[in-house]
Amino acid sequence: MTGRLPIAKMLAATLALAAAISAVMLSINWDGQEASTAAPKIDDLLNVMIVLSSFVFSLVIVMLFYALWKFKAKPGDESDGEPIHGNTRLEVAWTLIPTVIVLFAAGYSWSVLNAIEKTEGRPLTVDVFSQQYAWSFGYPGKGNKFVEGELHVPVNRQIKFKMHSQDVIHSFWVPEWRVKKDNVPGITTTATVTPDKVGTYQLICTELCGFGHASMRAKVVVEPPAQFRIWVASLKETVPPPYMESIRQDTETNPVEPVGAGGA
Amino acid sequence: MVAAIKQPGWIRGTLGALGGAAFGVGLVVALRAISGLEIWQTEQTGYPHVVVPLITGPLGFLLGFGCFDYWLRWAVGAPTIPEDHSQHGARSWKDYFRFNTDHKVIGIQYICTTFFFFFVGGLMAMLIRAELAQPGMQIVDAGTYNSLFSTHAVLMIFVFVIPVFAGIANYVLPLMIGAPDMAFPRLNALSFWMLPLAGLLFIGSFLAPGGAFDAGWTGYAPLSTGAPLGQSFFNLGVQFAGASSIATALNFLVTIITMRAPGMTFWRMPLLVWANLSTSLLVVAATPFIAGAQFMVLLDRVLGTQFFQFAGGGDVISYQHIFWFYSHPAVYIMMLPGFGIISEVISTHARKPIFGYRLMALALIGIVVLSYSVWAHHMFVAGMFSWLRVPMMITTLLIAVPTGIKIFSWLGTLYFGKIHTYSTAMLFALAFIVTFTIGGISGVMLGMVPIDIHVSDTYFIVAHIHFVLFGGSVFTIFAGIYHWFPKMTGRMYDEKLGRVHFWGTVIGTWGTFIPMHWIGMDGMPRRVADYASQFGDWNLLISVCAFFLGAIQLVFLYNMIVSWRFGPRAEANPWRANSIEWQVSSPPPVFNFDEIPRVVGGPYEFGVPGARHAIMPGEGAEVAEPEPSVVGQA
Repeated sequence: MTGRLPIAKMLAATLALAAAISAVMLSINWDGQEASTAAPKIDDLLNVMIVLSSFVFSLVIVMLFYALWKFKAKPGDESDGEPIHGNTRLEVAWTLIPTVIVLFAAGYSWSVLNAIEKTEGRPLTVDVFSQQYAWSFGYPGKGNKFVEGELHVPVNRQIKFKMHSQDVIHSFWVPEWRVKKDNVPGITTTATVTPDKVGTYQLICTELCGFGHASMRAKVVVEPPAQFRIWVASLKETVPPPYMESIRQDTETNPVEPVGAGGA
Repeated sequence: MVAAIKQPGWIRGTLGALGGAAFGVGLVVALRAISGLEIWQTEQTGYPHVVVPLITGPLGFLLGFGCFDYWLRWAVGAPTIPEDHSQHGARSWKDYFRFNTDHKVIGIQYICTTFFFFFVGGLMAMLIRAELAQPGMQIVDAGTYNSLFSTHAVLMIFVFVIPVFAGIANYVLPLMIGAPDMAFPRLNALSFWMLPLAGLLFIGSFLAPGGAFDAGWTGYAPLSTGAPLGQSFFNLGVQFAGASSIATALNFLVTIITMRAPGMTFWRMPLLVWANLSTSLLVVAATPFIAGAQFMVLLDRVLGTQFFQFAGGGDVISYQHIFWFYSHPAVYIMMLPGFGIISEVISTHARKPIFGYRLMALALIGIVVLSYSVWAHHMFVAGMFSWLRVPMMITTLLIAVPTGIKIFSWLGTLYFGKIHTYSTAMLFALAFIVTFTIGGISGVMLGMVPIDIHVSDTYFIVAHIHFVLFGGSVFTIFAGIYHWFPKMTGRMYDEKLGRVHFWGTVIGTWGTFIPMHWIGMDGMPRRVADYASQFGDWNLLISVCAFFLGAIQLVFLYNMIVSWRFGPRAEANPWRANSIEWQVSSPPPVFNFDEIPRVVGGPYEFGVPGARHAIMPGEGAEVAEPEPSVVGQA
């Protein structure tokens, strides 16, 4: 069956189309500004997937439109097609090749995941507190200094966020950092990020939390370490008692020290 | 008058609903009085005076309407009503508004009811897009906005996509396997009548103090457990939709396993039958989980149980595990029947046997098995145990393999065929292959943990879900409706209007949902009534395309209504298909077959000289019987 098809030409058309789609897609910065060490790793993964996906999509398009062009019935033709019921080699191929591709994608994703979550140096721990509809932050290594609505972190140092919610689920997202984690009442969730560009960003709540969800934002400032130290020292408040209480009582589902596959 | 009250029907149904509701209120009042509680206090107690009648009222309606008459007589030992087939078949339009046990009538009832909810849900989508056309707040307030997108999703999922497939299969499947009806016709009727009740509960929640449920269709605790009364309408609506779904799935399973015509082995079943077999396996095992999850939320709300209240020792994240253990298989419940429809349409209109029929059937079963092991990919950033992410990522990506097999096999079916594209059904089937490929690709990306961390809960998700559910499921629904319209109504629809609807829908779908990928990756979260002004231009374009997409559906509605009434008469088999439903008249006789047909070959033997799928009664003589004859099971 396949011997009667211009396989080489179809493959060439697929590759050409895939190259064209990839070229356009790769020229666009989809995820926006990169401002953490994780961002380029995630964006590289996305770009590899864009190239692979362009190939798969082009293959489907070429196969579909070639068939429509070549095998369209002439007007008035009431005859049937050829009674071909399948082709074992083709069926094995389109089972095995996608399996290899997705296993590659899984392995690559796994390695990126390990890379972006690896502990580096001495991370700075920051407590994140969320409630309808505001963010606030504590600095346990700096005498539990506390600030509402504005997160400051030093550049080029790994930050470990320990997150707590006082009411419903919220989610912590800084798009430029490519990091997101839900804040869940009753447990401490953790996210790791190393910001590597000085600047001002926005922290966005991405888990529906009520009528004020869309406006639940906070300012994020990444600044040189010296400036950060001055800023922390200038804070007057310390973490208020209810928030200290949630730090104390929330269970940590993913402790830094692994506790075995079964979890704590 | 007394006779009217005694007869099952709308009068008795209304009285039953009122009586049931009164009983519910009375029960709450009496129990509170006995317990020495304040009788009418409601706000702090989760409104039991409303919640209990919301259970007993619909049950009273079902009782009054006659859904349980036969069983109740049997259960109490009273003489049962002799089966005179008076509840079977439709002689006038009024018979579609009665308790009817004919699978064909029930199929039409399902399809019309679900499309009603489709248009109501669509109207909500239009309101959502009107609000989002510009940054800032214009049309609705933030609370109402949350209610709108929650109700939109719930209507579309629970009372459109899932049951419309049950409706199409209800009509087609018994005919297709040569059965006189479904295995349990009375249960079938009960399943249908629970469905409008679910839809009315969802829509009725807008009347509740505090507005309609607004915690999203996912209803995550503790947002849902602390939400106003409307959330209880959702909790209960899901029970009725779920019970309907489970009963129908059991009915399909028994029908498919025990009522196939003699000679129809498993490997001779049309792929639509395979698809519904697979879907039913998912429904019976998975749907109880969402029913349970919503009951637990309801109990947290009304009785003060603490399933999901961390302060009371409950666990917040377990809601998501239970919810997604149903709701991930649910996306396949919403897709597999569509896969079946596409196989029927493509094979028939390409005049070719399905390429790799057995692998196509096995791929469906593979999806069923795998889909139970991927649920936590919805929770990569939820704060669950982090070790669970990688295994769930691998199973999630592997599910692309059987799905890819289906895509390539449909394409393979086209090769060396004689492709006819005059039918709107075939156009939708071909477009489905392309749009669903896009939805599949974005699904693979979402399955990869690092990418998901960035795009989870953004417009990228909204884009993906609409590409698979609108560009996927709804395209297959349109293909199915156009394909079997002549069989169901005995009339032909207008292909010119069908083409207008098709091209409008394709352009509208791409224009609406493709840009959502971009704004999502660029930083726009989902479920927000207001957004940063940098996304304004894209959102305006999306809204314009969405209005166009909505408007073009009116062409479909007009085409269906007018063609049903005035279309040219349809032949028995306008598409020259092989399967059994096309071998009987359009519409089929009330009891489907005078005598059960015999199946002697596969369903897609186009172009095979002398091949037959089924031998209809009275025409058996001229064809040699390749198998030992089997006595009819009727």
